[in-house]
Order: sequence, then C-alpha cells, then structure tokens
Amino acid sequence: MCLGIPGKVVEIRDDGPMRMATVDYGGARKEACLAYVPEVGLGDYVIVHVGFAISQLDEEEALRTLELLRMMDEEGLAMELGDAPAAVTPSAGAA
Amino acid sequence: MKYIDEYRDSAIARKLLDEIHRITTRPWALMEVCGGQTHTLVKQGIDEALPAGVRMIHGPGCPVCVTPLEQIDKALAIAARPDVIFTSYGDMLRVPGSTTDLLALKARGADVRIVYSPLDAVRIAAANPERQVVFFAIGFETTAPANAMAVSQAARLGLDNFTVLVSHVLVPPAMCAILDSPSNQVQAFLAAGHVCAVMGWTEYEPISARYHVPIVVTGFEPLDLLEGILMAIRQLESGRAEVENQYVRAVRREGNRAAQDAVFRVFEIGDRKWRGIGMIPSSGYHLRPEFARFDAEARFDVGTIHTAEHPACIAGEILQGTKTPLDCAAYGTLCSPQKPLGAPMVSAEGVCSAYHAAGRGLAAPYTLPLYELTRSDR
Repeated sequence: MCLGIPGKVVEIRDDGPMRMATVDYGGARKEACLAYVPEVGLGDYVIVHVGFAISQLDEEEALRTLELLRMMDEEGLAMELGDAPAAVTPSAGAA
Repeated sequence: MKYIDEYRDSAIARKLLDEIHRITTRPWALMEVCGGQTHTLVKQGIDEALPAGVRMIHGPGCPVCVTPLEQIDKALAIAARPDVIFTSYGDMLRVPGSTTDLLALKARGADVRIVYSPLDAVRIAAANPERQVVFFAIGFETTAPANAMAVSQAARLGLDNFTVLVSHVLVPPAMCAILDSPSNQVQAFLAAGHVCAVMGWTEYEPISARYHVPIVVTGFEPLDLLEGILMAIRQLESGRAEVENQYVRAVRREGNRAAQDAVFRVFEIGDRKWRGIGMIPSSGYHLRPEFARFDAEARFDVGTIHTAEHPACIAGEILQGTKTPLDCAAYGTLCSPQKPLGAPMVSAEGVCSAYHAAGRGLAAPYTLPLYELTRSDR
C-alpha cells in the first residue's frame, strides 16, 4: 500500500466533482484521482497510491540530485578508490 | 521508465556504497521504516553490502502486518454476512485471522471483492443500493487521503449502504514507541518517503531533537536508499541529529496540504492497537463523530471477538525489529508465502516475504527451475 510508483499523466477528465486522469506506468495504464494535486497537467509525473496521486515529481530536483550523484568522483566528495573494505559485494545496489 | 531506471544505476550505486564504507568508522544501527524500503534493501542485497557492524533494522511500516487481529476477525465476521459486499485492498485477503482469512471466506461463497481504489468501493455501493457495502480502510498516512475521499464521496452521494472498517495507523508515534523502548537499538531512521509526501516532515523535527536521532526522509529505489543511508551515517559520524530530505523529487517539508485537509475533515487522531506491538497512544485515525454513520463497527454487531495468534509466529518481535525472520523456527518451513502463519509473510511490504522472495535462510532456492524439477537423472 505504500508502494507508489511514478507514472505519467496522459489524459485528464472531470468525473463529477472529481478531476480524474489516466496515468501511464511504462505501458500499463490506470485511472487516478487528481483531487490532491490540482496543479498537475498533461505530461507531468505523479506518484499514485491506491488510485490517488499524492505528489507531483519535481523534474528539476530529480535532475539536480542525479547530477550530484554522478559528479561524486569529480567533486572529490566521495571517492578514495581502493579504500573500501573487501566485504563489499559487487552485486550490491545493482538493479 | 522515467524516475525509476535512473535510480537503479549500478555505477552510481557502487560509488554511494564506497562512500558509505569510506566514512564509516564504527558500528551503527539504522531503521528503514517502510516495508517497501525493506523489500528493495533485501532484494538488492544492500543491507548485506554495508560496512561490517552497520545494521539495517527493519521497521513496522507494513500496513497489512500491523492491522490488529481483532480488526481482521471483525472484517471476517462482517464479510460472512449474506447482505454484505466486503471490499478490500488485495493484500489483505490472505492475512490470517484467528481461524480463517478473507480469501477462504470468499471461496466459501462470501461476496468479498478486491478494489484498487476506495472510490471503487463507493461505486459498488452506488450500484447496489439493496446491499451493504463495507470497505476495509487500513493503512498508514499514504492511504488515508484516498480512504477519507471515499467517505466524503459517500456522504456527498447520500449513500446509506456504505461503511468503512477503519484501522489506520501513523508513523511518528510508532517511531517514538520504538525509541522509548528499553530494548531500542535504533540510532537513526530512514523515514518513509511516501508517508512524508502526504504529511511532510515537520512532525519529525521534534522527534529528532528530543531523542537526538538523525531522520532522513528516503525514497524507495536502490540509489535513494543508498543515499539515505549515507546521509544518516554522515550525521551519526559527525554527532548531528537533524531531519534531512533525500527524496527531494517527491517530498516537500509541508507535505500535501490538500490531502492533509481532506484527511482531517473525515478522521481524528486516537489510540490504536498495532498487531504484534500493542496499544500506542494517539497512533491512528478514527472517524470524526459527524461521519459516525459510516462506521462499520457501529453498524454491524459482530459479538465478542476472541483472538488467537498462531503460537509459532514471532511477527510481533520481527515488527519491532528485535528479531529477523531467520530467528523464526517456522520461517520457510511451517510458514511460507503459500501458507502464511503471520501477516509479514503475506504482504508485499512484509519483512518475512522480502526475506523469502530473496531466498534468505532457505535450504534450497525456493523456486526450482522447471528443468530441475523434470530432469530424470536426479
């Protein structure tokens, strides 16, 4: 029930007092209620829980975070390669 | 898929893991609150790749797991009535009650229906005015806005055949209960990102300050969890205790105000019992008096409920983080996803099902490839 996944709003319509959307999750499409994210428009990404969008994803923040993570080497934030203990398994974190 | 694939990048995961190893100088115990986070950690083996001595304690954030047995037995008693259409999220159907579960009841002829959204339950009520439609309104802060909307919608439509069996719980009081426990080992929390998407993180700030415990609002993908762990250990190593937000793409400090307003129009905060944990003061939602006519517990007299947990199940200790599934004698033998004794083996957010799906502690791979089963020379 806490397993919300991001999807793209591909259609919006009014169902009585309720603003409803069709949300595309990489090919699978489901209906979601937009009552709690009134600012969301077509093409926006939302996180949906039990048929309700609860949050709009912030593309700028998302890109900024990824950029920071990718720059970890260059920034010298993190890396002292060879320093990591042998217990680290190569499969960890791979998806 | 956008917002998913890029957060599973193994090269970045490796960098984050290396950084965690580089900055860690001593043992730490962190708790991931949400069962969705537990599943990613266990599936990806992230918890096993952390520095020696850094331990992930799995939190109670599995809504199905903490729904009290009394409420499940009440649900079973109501669902068994011939005049009732009982509607529920799918993952509640196989959760064991004292004697049976909703799926078994359905197989014996009860009208039990899975709904994707609580609005579907309202639609069923509107389409079946001669039947009583009951929705099992369970969950944490993530499902409360949806469940509240269903009640509001039923009120707007003037439905008198729709009620909800409420069993709503809240994360912050559970975190305090864990921190207050004399056996507590948790030194930092990864807070549940989607709970915070609804509620924001202002209510975590006094907890962090009072208990001097770092709290990092964290997402659900592998990179989210690794970054959340890194941020929490950075705080621990430097002696800081603050609320930080790793999940910036989805969570704002104030949360979703429209959703919060809708929740508090319908629900008010009250004491709640948690399965395996017990009563936690002010840890859940109840219907406000003005919505009392939608309360299934008031509409249906289910008599006295005598609950009985399976004696071999240690779900309570697992939910409190004091034991893991590997400490359970029934795990993988008496208890499996096919024949669960306790809720954590049923739910997609349960710790036992996460361990089982990853094959942890099982003598043999759980699912044998077909050719292995059919080879005649074995």
